[in-house]
Amino acid sequence: MAPPPHRRPGFSRKAQYGLFATYVIAIAGTVVAALLLIISVADPTGFAALRTVGAEITAPIARFFNNIRRSSNEIGSNMSAYLDAASKNAALTKEVAASRTKLIEARALKVENARLRGILKLKEEMSEQIAVGRIISSTASSTRRVATLSIGTNYGVERAQPVRGPAGLIGRVIETGPTTARILLITDAENFVPVMRVKDGLPAFSAGLGNGLVVIKPLNLGESPFKVGDIIVTSGNGGLYQPNIPFARVIRKTNDGALARPLADPSNSPYAVVMRAYQAEARKAQQAVAPDGMVKEVTE
Amino acid sequence: MKNPVTAIRLPLRPGREYESRFDREQSTLKMLAIPIASVVMASMITTLPIYAPLPILPPFGFLMFLAWRLMRPGLLPVWSGVPFGLTDDIFSGQPFGSAGLLWSLAMLTIEIIDSRAIWRDHIQDWLIAALLTIATLLGGLWITAMAHAASHPSILLPQIILSILLYPLVVRICARLDSWRLAT
Repeated sequence: MAPPPHRRPGFSRKAQYGLFATYVIAIAGTVVAALLLIISVADPTGFAALRTVGAEITAPIARFFNNIRRSSNEIGSNMSAYLDAASKNAALTKEVAASRTKLIEARALKVENARLRGILKLKEEMSEQIAVGRIISSTASSTRRVATLSIGTNYGVERAQPVRGPAGLIGRVIETGPTTARILLITDAENFVPVMRVKDGLPAFSAGLGNGLVVIKPLNLGESPFKVGDIIVTSGNGGLYQPNIPFARVIRKTNDGALARPLADPSNSPYAVVMRAYQAEARKAQQAVAPDGMVKEVTE
Repeated sequence: MKNPVTAIRLPLRPGREYESRFDREQSTLKMLAIPIASVVMASMITTLPIYAPLPILPPFGFLMFLAWRLMRPGLLPVWSGVPFGLTDDIFSGQPFGSAGLLWSLAMLTIEIIDSRAIWRDHIQDWLIAALLTIATLLGGLWITAMAHAASHPSILLPQIILSILLYPLVVRICARLDSWRLAT
Protein backbone atom coordinates (compact mmCIF):
# COMPACT_ATOMS: atom_id res chain seq x y z
CA MET A 1 0.00 0.00 0.00
CA ALA A 2 1.05 3.57 -0.48
CA PRO A 3 1.99 5.62 2.55
CA PRO A 4 -0.41 8.44 3.33
CA PRO A 5 0.72 11.77 1.88
CA HIS A 6 1.51 13.24 5.27
CA ARG A 7 4.87 14.37 3.96
CA ARG A 8 3.34 17.40 2.23
CA PRO A 9 0.47 18.48 4.41
CA GLY A 10 -0.75 21.11 1.95
CA PHE A 11 -0.46 24.85 2.29
CA SER A 12 -1.48 25.02 5.92
CA ARG A 13 1.38 26.57 7.90
CA LYS A 14 0.09 24.97 11.07
CA ALA A 15 0.20 21.48 9.57
CA GLN A 16 3.67 22.09 8.13
CA TYR A 17 5.04 23.29 11.47
CA GLY A 18 3.33 20.36 13.22
CA LEU A 19 5.06 17.89 10.91
CA PHE A 20 8.38 19.65 11.38
CA ALA A 21 7.89 19.52 15.17
CA THR A 22 7.43 15.72 15.14
CA TYR A 23 10.81 15.35 13.44
CA VAL A 24 12.43 17.70 15.93
CA ILE A 25 10.90 15.75 18.82
CA ALA A 26 11.99 12.45 17.26
CA ILE A 27 15.61 13.52 16.92
CA ALA A 28 15.65 15.14 20.36
CA GLY A 29 14.14 11.94 21.82
CA THR A 30 16.83 9.86 20.14
CA VAL A 31 19.51 12.07 21.66
CA VAL A 32 17.87 11.80 25.09
CA ALA A 33 17.75 8.01 24.76
CA ALA A 34 21.43 8.00 23.80
CA LEU A 35 22.25 10.11 26.88
CA LEU A 36 20.25 7.75 29.11
CA LEU A 37 22.17 4.88 27.56
CA ILE A 38 25.51 6.54 28.27
CA ILE A 39 24.43 7.04 31.90
CA SER A 40 23.36 3.42 32.25
CA VAL A 41 26.57 2.17 30.62
CA ALA A 42 28.64 4.28 33.00
CA ASP A 43 26.59 3.22 36.03
CA PRO A 44 24.84 -0.11 35.36
CA THR A 45 22.96 -0.01 38.66
CA GLY A 46 21.63 3.49 38.01
CA PHE A 47 18.23 2.53 36.63
CA ALA A 48 17.83 -0.50 38.89
CA ALA A 49 14.86 1.15 40.60
CA LEU A 50 12.93 1.33 37.31
CA ARG A 51 13.63 -2.29 36.48
CA THR A 52 12.66 -3.30 40.00
CA VAL A 53 9.32 -1.53 39.63
CA GLY A 54 8.78 -3.34 36.33
CA ALA A 55 9.61 -6.69 37.89
CA GLU A 56 7.39 -6.03 40.91
CA ILE A 57 4.42 -5.11 38.70
CA THR A 58 4.70 -8.19 36.53
CA ALA A 59 5.73 -10.62 39.28
CA PRO A 60 2.15 -11.71 40.19
CA ILE A 61 1.47 -12.70 36.57
CA ALA A 62 4.79 -14.50 36.34
CA ARG A 63 4.11 -16.33 39.63
CA PHE A 64 0.66 -17.36 38.43
CA PHE A 65 1.93 -18.79 35.12
CA ASN A 66 4.88 -20.38 36.88
CA ASN A 67 2.51 -22.28 39.19
CA ILE A 68 0.46 -23.48 36.22
CA ARG A 69 3.60 -24.56 34.42
CA ARG A 70 4.91 -26.42 37.45
CA SER A 71 1.65 -28.23 38.15
CA SER A 72 1.30 -29.29 34.51
CA ASN A 73 4.89 -30.57 34.61
CA GLU A 74 4.02 -32.57 37.71
CA ILE A 75 0.98 -34.13 36.05
CA GLY A 76 3.17 -35.23 33.16
CA SER A 77 5.85 -36.76 35.37
CA ASN A 78 3.24 -38.46 37.60
CA MET A 79 1.66 -40.10 34.59
CA SER A 80 4.95 -41.30 33.18
CA ALA A 81 5.90 -42.61 36.62
CA TYR A 82 2.82 -44.88 36.57
CA LEU A 83 3.71 -46.25 33.17
CA ASP A 84 7.13 -47.64 34.08
CA ALA A 85 6.58 -48.24 37.79
CA ALA A 86 7.70 -51.89 37.85
CA SER A 87 11.04 -51.48 36.07
CA LYS A 88 11.75 -48.31 38.01
CA ASN A 89 11.04 -50.11 41.29
CA ALA A 90 13.55 -52.84 40.47
CA ALA A 91 16.19 -50.30 39.44
CA LEU A 92 15.65 -48.22 42.56
CA THR A 93 15.90 -51.25 44.88
CA LYS A 94 19.24 -52.10 43.33
CA GLU A 95 20.37 -48.49 43.68
CA VAL A 96 19.37 -48.30 47.36
CA ALA A 97 21.39 -51.42 48.14
CA ALA A 98 24.40 -49.99 46.35
CA SER A 99 24.21 -46.59 48.01
CA ARG A 100 23.65 -47.88 51.54
CA THR A 101 27.31 -48.78 52.00
CA LYS A 102 28.33 -45.45 50.49
CA LEU A 103 26.05 -43.67 52.94
CA ILE A 104 27.65 -45.39 55.92
CA GLU A 105 31.10 -44.44 54.66
CA ALA A 106 29.93 -40.87 54.18
CA ARG A 107 28.63 -40.69 57.73
CA ALA A 108 31.95 -41.91 59.04
CA LEU A 109 33.73 -39.29 56.97
CA LYS A 110 31.44 -36.60 58.30
CA VAL A 111 32.27 -37.52 61.87
CA GLU A 112 35.95 -37.60 61.05
CA ASN A 113 35.70 -34.25 59.29
CA ALA A 114 34.04 -32.67 62.32
CA ARG A 115 36.75 -34.09 64.58
CA LEU A 116 39.55 -32.77 62.33
CA ARG A 117 37.88 -29.38 62.17
CA GLY A 118 37.75 -29.38 65.94
CA ILE A 119 41.46 -30.15 66.13
CA LEU A 120 42.29 -27.40 63.62
CA LYS A 121 39.89 -25.00 65.44
CA LEU A 122 38.21 -24.09 62.14
CA LYS A 123 35.07 -22.14 62.86
CA GLU A 124 31.99 -23.33 61.00
CA GLU A 125 30.42 -20.50 59.06
CA MET A 126 27.03 -19.39 60.25
CA SER A 127 24.08 -21.14 58.66
CA GLU A 128 24.55 -20.71 54.93
CA GLN A 129 20.97 -20.45 53.88
CA ILE A 130 19.08 -17.15 53.93
CA ALA A 131 15.85 -17.85 52.08
CA VAL A 132 14.30 -20.20 49.59
CA GLY A 133 12.47 -18.91 46.54
CA ARG A 134 11.67 -19.78 42.97
CA ILE A 135 12.91 -18.48 39.66
CA ILE A 136 9.88 -16.94 38.00
CA SER A 137 11.22 -15.51 34.75
CA SER A 138 14.33 -14.84 32.74
CA THR A 139 15.45 -12.37 30.09
CA ALA A 140 14.85 -14.78 27.24
CA SER A 141 15.16 -12.18 24.48
CA SER A 142 18.24 -10.29 25.67
CA THR A 143 21.84 -11.42 25.40
CA ARG A 144 22.18 -10.84 29.13
CA ARG A 145 21.36 -13.90 31.18
CA VAL A 146 19.40 -12.49 34.09
CA ALA A 147 16.60 -14.28 35.95
CA THR A 148 13.99 -13.01 38.39
CA LEU A 149 13.64 -14.63 41.80
CA SER A 150 10.28 -14.73 43.61
CA ILE A 151 11.64 -13.32 46.88
CA GLY A 152 13.38 -10.05 47.68
CA THR A 153 14.36 -7.89 50.61
CA ASN A 154 11.24 -9.11 52.46
CA TYR A 155 13.16 -12.36 53.04
CA GLY A 156 16.51 -10.69 53.64
CA VAL A 157 17.90 -11.11 50.13
CA GLU A 158 20.72 -8.66 49.44
CA ARG A 159 23.05 -7.90 46.58
CA ALA A 160 26.05 -10.14 45.92
CA GLN A 161 24.60 -13.22 47.55
CA PRO A 162 25.06 -16.54 45.78
CA VAL A 163 21.99 -18.48 44.65
CA ARG A 164 21.96 -22.23 44.20
CA GLY A 165 19.45 -24.86 43.24
CA PRO A 166 19.30 -28.50 44.36
CA ALA A 167 21.59 -29.51 41.48
CA GLY A 168 24.17 -26.75 41.70
CA LEU A 169 25.06 -23.07 41.52
CA ILE A 170 22.62 -20.84 39.61
CA GLY A 171 24.11 -17.37 39.95
CA ARG A 172 24.26 -14.37 42.22
CA VAL A 173 21.93 -11.57 43.19
CA ILE A 174 22.57 -8.26 41.41
CA GLU A 175 19.43 -6.22 42.15
CA THR A 176 16.82 -6.52 44.85
CA GLY A 177 13.28 -5.26 45.11
CA PRO A 178 10.70 -5.60 47.89
CA THR A 179 9.41 -8.98 46.71
CA THR A 180 11.65 -9.83 43.77
CA ALA A 181 15.37 -10.04 43.09
CA ARG A 182 17.35 -10.28 39.89
CA ILE A 183 20.00 -12.96 39.51
CA LEU A 184 22.96 -12.85 37.16
CA LEU A 185 23.12 -16.46 35.95
CA ILE A 186 26.46 -18.27 35.77
CA THR A 187 26.02 -18.52 31.99
CA ASP A 188 26.18 -14.72 31.59
CA ALA A 189 29.39 -13.61 29.92
CA GLU A 190 30.09 -11.32 32.85
CA ASN A 191 29.81 -13.84 35.64
CA PHE A 192 33.24 -15.14 36.66
CA VAL A 193 33.28 -17.91 39.25
CA PRO A 194 36.37 -19.37 40.92
CA VAL A 195 36.06 -23.14 40.54
CA MET A 196 38.12 -26.30 40.86
CA ARG A 197 38.06 -29.80 39.49
CA VAL A 198 36.48 -31.99 42.12
CA LYS A 199 38.86 -34.95 41.93
CA ASP A 200 42.17 -33.11 42.41
CA GLY A 201 41.25 -29.52 43.30
CA LEU A 202 42.81 -28.09 40.11
CA PRO A 203 42.02 -24.35 40.42
CA ALA A 204 40.28 -22.67 37.51
CA PHE A 205 37.97 -19.85 36.51
CA SER A 206 34.61 -20.13 34.86
CA ALA A 207 33.06 -17.56 32.54
CA GLY A 208 29.67 -17.76 30.88
CA LEU A 209 29.30 -17.91 27.12
CA GLY A 210 25.72 -16.68 26.98
CA ASN A 211 24.52 -19.80 25.16
CA GLY A 212 23.88 -22.05 28.16
CA LEU A 213 27.49 -23.21 28.49
CA VAL A 214 30.43 -21.97 30.52
CA VAL A 215 34.11 -21.97 29.62
CA ILE A 216 36.51 -23.28 32.27
CA LYS A 217 40.04 -21.88 32.21
CA PRO A 218 42.69 -23.33 34.49
CA LEU A 219 44.96 -20.93 36.37
CA ASN A 220 48.15 -22.69 35.27
CA LEU A 221 49.34 -22.32 31.71
CA GLY A 222 49.93 -25.07 29.21
CA GLU A 223 47.82 -27.70 27.63
CA SER A 224 44.29 -28.12 28.89
CA PRO A 225 44.29 -30.71 31.67
CA PHE A 226 40.55 -31.37 31.51
CA LYS A 227 38.81 -34.49 30.30
CA VAL A 228 35.26 -34.87 29.11
CA GLY A 229 33.10 -35.77 32.09
CA ASP A 230 35.16 -33.94 34.71
CA ILE A 231 32.98 -32.50 37.47
CA ILE A 232 33.67 -28.89 38.40
CA VAL A 233 32.69 -27.41 41.79
CA THR A 234 33.13 -23.94 43.25
CA SER A 235 36.42 -23.47 45.09
CA GLY A 236 35.41 -20.66 47.45
CA ASN A 237 38.52 -18.66 46.51
CA GLY A 238 38.12 -14.98 47.24
CA GLY A 239 34.88 -15.40 49.13
CA LEU A 240 31.33 -14.85 47.80
CA TYR A 241 30.65 -18.43 46.65
CA GLN A 242 30.77 -21.21 49.23
CA PRO A 243 33.26 -23.95 48.32
CA ASN A 244 32.08 -27.31 46.97
CA ILE A 245 28.83 -26.18 45.39
CA PRO A 246 28.32 -28.42 42.35
CA PHE A 247 28.95 -26.29 39.29
CA ALA A 248 29.34 -27.89 35.89
CA ARG A 249 30.34 -30.96 33.91
CA VAL A 250 32.96 -30.78 31.16
CA ILE A 251 31.53 -31.64 27.76
CA ARG A 252 34.38 -30.66 25.46
CA LYS A 253 38.07 -29.96 25.78
CA THR A 254 39.49 -26.87 24.10
CA ASN A 255 43.07 -25.66 23.58
CA ASP A 256 43.35 -23.65 26.76
CA GLY A 257 40.50 -24.97 28.86
CA ALA A 258 37.19 -26.71 28.52
CA LEU A 259 33.56 -26.15 27.71
CA ALA A 260 31.22 -27.25 30.45
CA ARG A 261 27.48 -27.49 30.95
CA PRO A 262 26.19 -26.14 34.27
CA LEU A 263 24.67 -28.81 36.50
CA ALA A 264 21.84 -26.55 37.66
CA ASP A 265 19.16 -25.93 35.09
CA PRO A 266 17.30 -22.80 36.26
CA SER A 267 14.25 -23.76 34.19
CA ASN A 268 13.79 -27.06 36.02
CA SER A 269 14.97 -26.15 39.51
CA PRO A 270 12.03 -26.66 41.88
CA TYR A 271 13.51 -24.02 44.19
CA ALA A 272 16.44 -21.65 44.46
CA VAL A 273 18.31 -21.14 47.72
CA VAL A 274 19.78 -17.73 48.47
CA MET A 275 22.96 -18.24 50.48
CA ARG A 276 25.02 -16.05 52.70
CA ALA A 277 28.06 -14.62 50.91
CA TYR A 278 31.06 -16.78 51.80
CA GLN A 279 33.56 -15.07 54.09
CA ALA A 280 31.52 -11.88 53.96
CA GLU A 281 32.73 -10.75 57.37
CA ALA A 282 36.38 -11.30 56.52
CA ARG A 283 35.83 -9.37 53.32
CA LYS A 284 34.13 -6.55 55.20
CA ALA A 285 36.96 -6.34 57.69
CA GLN A 286 39.48 -6.23 54.88
CA GLN A 287 37.51 -3.51 53.12
CA ALA A 288 37.43 -1.45 56.30
CA VAL A 289 41.24 -1.50 56.46
CA ALA A 290 42.09 -1.31 52.77
CA PRO A 291 39.21 -0.44 50.48
CA ASP A 292 39.41 -1.37 46.82
CA GLY A 293 40.11 2.23 45.91
CA MET A 294 38.05 3.50 43.03
CA VAL A 295 36.87 0.00 42.12
CA LYS A 296 33.45 -0.77 43.51
CA GLU A 297 33.14 -3.81 45.69
CA VAL A 298 30.82 -5.67 43.35
CA THR A 299 30.75 -4.48 39.78
CA GLU A 300 28.09 -5.70 37.45
CA MET B 1 -49.20 -12.77 25.62
CA LYS B 2 -45.52 -13.21 26.43
CA ASN B 3 -42.94 -13.87 23.74
CA PRO B 4 -41.42 -17.38 24.07
CA VAL B 5 -37.70 -17.45 24.93
CA THR B 6 -35.98 -18.72 21.80
CA ALA B 7 -32.38 -18.03 22.67
CA ILE B 8 -30.52 -17.08 25.79
CA ARG B 9 -28.38 -14.05 25.19
CA LEU B 10 -25.73 -12.70 27.46
CA PRO B 11 -26.58 -9.09 28.27
CA LEU B 12 -23.23 -7.85 26.98
CA ARG B 13 -24.30 -4.66 25.31
CA PRO B 14 -27.92 -4.03 26.20
CA GLY B 15 -29.85 -2.07 23.68
CA ARG B 16 -27.14 -2.28 21.07
CA GLU B 17 -29.57 -3.70 18.51
CA TYR B 18 -31.75 -0.63 18.73
CA GLU B 19 -28.93 1.82 18.03
CA SER B 20 -28.40 3.31 14.63
CA ARG B 21 -26.50 0.96 12.34
CA PHE B 22 -24.74 3.66 10.39
CA ASP B 23 -22.77 6.78 11.16
CA ARG B 24 -21.36 5.22 14.30
CA GLU B 25 -18.14 6.66 15.74
CA GLN B 26 -15.22 4.49 16.76
CA SER B 27 -14.25 4.73 20.37
CA THR B 28 -11.30 7.13 20.62
CA LEU B 29 -10.01 5.30 23.67
CA LYS B 30 -9.95 2.01 21.78
CA MET B 31 -8.29 3.61 18.76
CA LEU B 32 -5.47 5.00 20.91
CA ALA B 33 -5.15 2.29 23.52
CA ILE B 34 -4.95 -0.81 21.33
CA PRO B 35 -1.69 0.01 19.49
CA ILE B 36 -0.03 1.28 22.66
CA ALA B 37 -1.21 -1.59 24.84
CA SER B 38 -0.32 -4.24 22.26
CA VAL B 39 3.27 -3.03 21.92
CA VAL B 40 3.75 -2.68 25.69
CA MET B 41 2.25 -6.09 26.37
CA ALA B 42 4.40 -7.66 23.67
CA SER B 43 7.43 -6.11 25.43
CA MET B 44 6.26 -7.64 28.71
CA ILE B 45 6.28 -11.19 27.30
CA THR B 46 9.82 -11.62 28.71
CA THR B 47 8.42 -11.49 32.24
CA LEU B 48 6.46 -14.70 31.66
CA PRO B 49 8.17 -17.82 33.02
CA ILE B 50 10.06 -18.61 29.81
CA TYR B 51 13.57 -19.90 30.38
CA ALA B 52 16.09 -20.16 27.61
CA PRO B 53 19.77 -21.06 27.89
CA LEU B 54 20.50 -18.68 25.02
CA PRO B 55 18.60 -15.60 23.82
CA ILE B 56 16.03 -17.31 21.61
CA LEU B 57 12.81 -15.45 22.36
CA PRO B 58 12.18 -12.98 19.53
CA PRO B 59 11.88 -9.32 20.57
CA PHE B 60 8.09 -9.36 20.32
CA GLY B 61 7.74 -5.76 21.44
CA PHE B 62 9.93 -4.58 18.59
CA LEU B 63 8.18 -6.83 16.05
CA MET B 64 4.77 -5.54 17.15
CA PHE B 65 6.04 -1.96 16.97
CA LEU B 66 7.40 -2.53 13.45
CA ALA B 67 4.18 -4.24 12.37
CA TRP B 68 2.07 -1.26 13.47
CA ARG B 69 4.44 1.18 11.83
CA LEU B 70 4.69 -0.69 8.52
CA MET B 71 1.04 -1.72 8.35
CA ARG B 72 -0.42 1.63 9.33
CA PRO B 73 2.03 4.37 8.31
CA GLY B 74 1.19 7.61 10.02
CA LEU B 75 -0.50 6.02 13.02
CA LEU B 76 2.53 6.07 15.31
CA PRO B 77 4.31 9.43 15.38
CA VAL B 78 7.99 9.54 14.41
CA TRP B 79 9.09 10.08 18.00
CA SER B 80 7.15 7.10 19.37
CA GLY B 81 10.24 4.85 19.19
CA VAL B 82 11.68 6.57 22.27
CA PRO B 83 8.82 6.00 24.77
CA PHE B 84 8.07 2.47 23.49
CA GLY B 85 11.77 1.59 23.53
CA LEU B 86 12.29 2.90 27.06
CA THR B 87 9.30 0.82 28.21
CA ASP B 88 10.84 -2.23 26.58
CA ASP B 89 14.14 -1.54 28.38
CA ILE B 90 12.43 -1.92 31.74
CA PHE B 91 11.54 -5.52 30.96
CA SER B 92 14.22 -6.71 28.54
CA GLY B 93 17.29 -6.73 30.79
CA GLN B 94 19.31 -4.61 28.36
CA PRO B 95 21.02 -1.44 29.65
CA PHE B 96 18.37 1.26 30.10
CA GLY B 97 18.13 3.43 27.00
CA SER B 98 19.34 0.80 24.56
CA ALA B 99 15.96 0.02 22.98
CA GLY B 100 14.99 3.69 23.32
CA LEU B 101 17.84 4.59 21.01
CA LEU B 102 17.61 1.62 18.64
CA TRP B 103 13.83 1.72 18.17
CA SER B 104 13.96 5.45 17.52
CA LEU B 105 16.71 4.96 14.92
CA ALA B 106 14.61 2.20 13.33
CA MET B 107 11.64 4.59 13.20
CA LEU B 108 13.75 7.28 11.51
CA THR B 109 15.11 4.69 9.05
CA ILE B 110 11.59 3.65 8.05
CA GLU B 111 10.72 7.31 7.64
CA ILE B 112 13.64 7.72 5.21
CA ILE B 113 12.63 4.55 3.33
CA ASP B 114 9.07 5.84 3.13
CA SER B 115 10.26 9.06 1.52
CA ARG B 116 12.16 7.09 -1.15
CA ALA B 117 9.89 4.17 -1.99
CA ILE B 118 6.30 5.15 -2.59
CA TRP B 119 4.54 1.83 -3.21
CA ARG B 120 5.24 -1.15 -1.03
CA ASP B 121 3.83 -4.62 -0.56
CA HIS B 122 3.94 -7.12 2.27
CA ILE B 123 7.16 -8.81 1.05
CA GLN B 124 8.99 -5.49 1.02
CA ASP B 125 7.68 -4.71 4.50
CA TRP B 126 8.91 -8.11 5.65
CA LEU B 127 12.36 -7.41 4.15
CA ILE B 128 12.53 -4.01 5.87
CA ALA B 129 11.43 -5.57 9.17
CA ALA B 130 14.00 -8.36 8.79
CA LEU B 131 16.87 -5.96 8.16
CA LEU B 132 15.82 -3.70 11.02
CA THR B 133 15.45 -6.67 13.40
CA ILE B 134 18.95 -7.89 12.54
CA ALA B 135 20.36 -4.39 13.00
CA THR B 136 18.54 -3.90 16.30
CA LEU B 137 19.59 -7.25 17.77
CA LEU B 138 23.22 -6.74 16.76
CA GLY B 139 23.07 -3.18 18.06
CA GLY B 140 21.64 -4.44 21.35
CA LEU B 141 24.52 -6.90 21.67
CA TRP B 142 27.02 -4.15 20.85
CA ILE B 143 25.49 -1.87 23.50
CA THR B 144 25.55 -4.71 26.05
CA ALA B 145 29.20 -5.23 25.18
CA MET B 146 29.93 -1.61 26.07
CA ALA B 147 28.40 -1.95 29.53
CA HIS B 148 29.20 -5.56 30.35
CA ALA B 149 31.20 -8.48 29.05
CA ALA B 150 29.25 -9.86 26.10
CA SER B 151 29.03 -13.06 24.15
CA HIS B 152 29.95 -13.79 20.56
CA PRO B 153 27.47 -12.38 17.99
CA SER B 154 26.86 -15.87 16.58
CA ILE B 155 24.63 -16.74 19.54
CA LEU B 156 22.09 -14.27 18.12
CA LEU B 157 21.60 -16.36 14.96
CA PRO B 158 18.69 -18.54 16.18
CA GLN B 159 16.91 -15.50 17.58
CA ILE B 160 17.34 -13.57 14.33
CA ILE B 161 15.98 -16.44 12.22
CA LEU B 162 13.05 -16.99 14.56
CA SER B 163 12.21 -13.28 14.63
CA ILE B 164 12.22 -13.01 10.84
CA LEU B 165 10.03 -16.08 10.47
CA LEU B 166 7.58 -14.89 13.12
CA TYR B 167 7.15 -11.40 11.69
CA PRO B 168 4.22 -12.34 9.37
CA LEU B 169 2.40 -13.86 12.36
CA VAL B 170 2.87 -10.65 14.30
CA VAL B 171 1.51 -8.71 11.32
CA ARG B 172 -1.56 -10.98 11.31
CA ILE B 173 -2.14 -10.35 15.02
CA CYS B 174 -1.65 -6.65 14.39
CA ALA B 175 -4.16 -6.68 11.52
CA ARG B 176 -6.76 -8.43 13.69
CA LEU B 177 -6.20 -5.87 16.43
CA ASP B 178 -6.49 -3.12 13.85
CA SER B 179 -9.86 -4.31 12.58
CA TRP B 180 -11.06 -4.54 16.20
CA ARG B 181 -9.65 -1.07 16.83
CA LEU B 182 -11.52 0.47 13.92
CA ALA B 183 -14.74 -1.48 14.39
CA THR B 184 -17.70 0.67 15.36
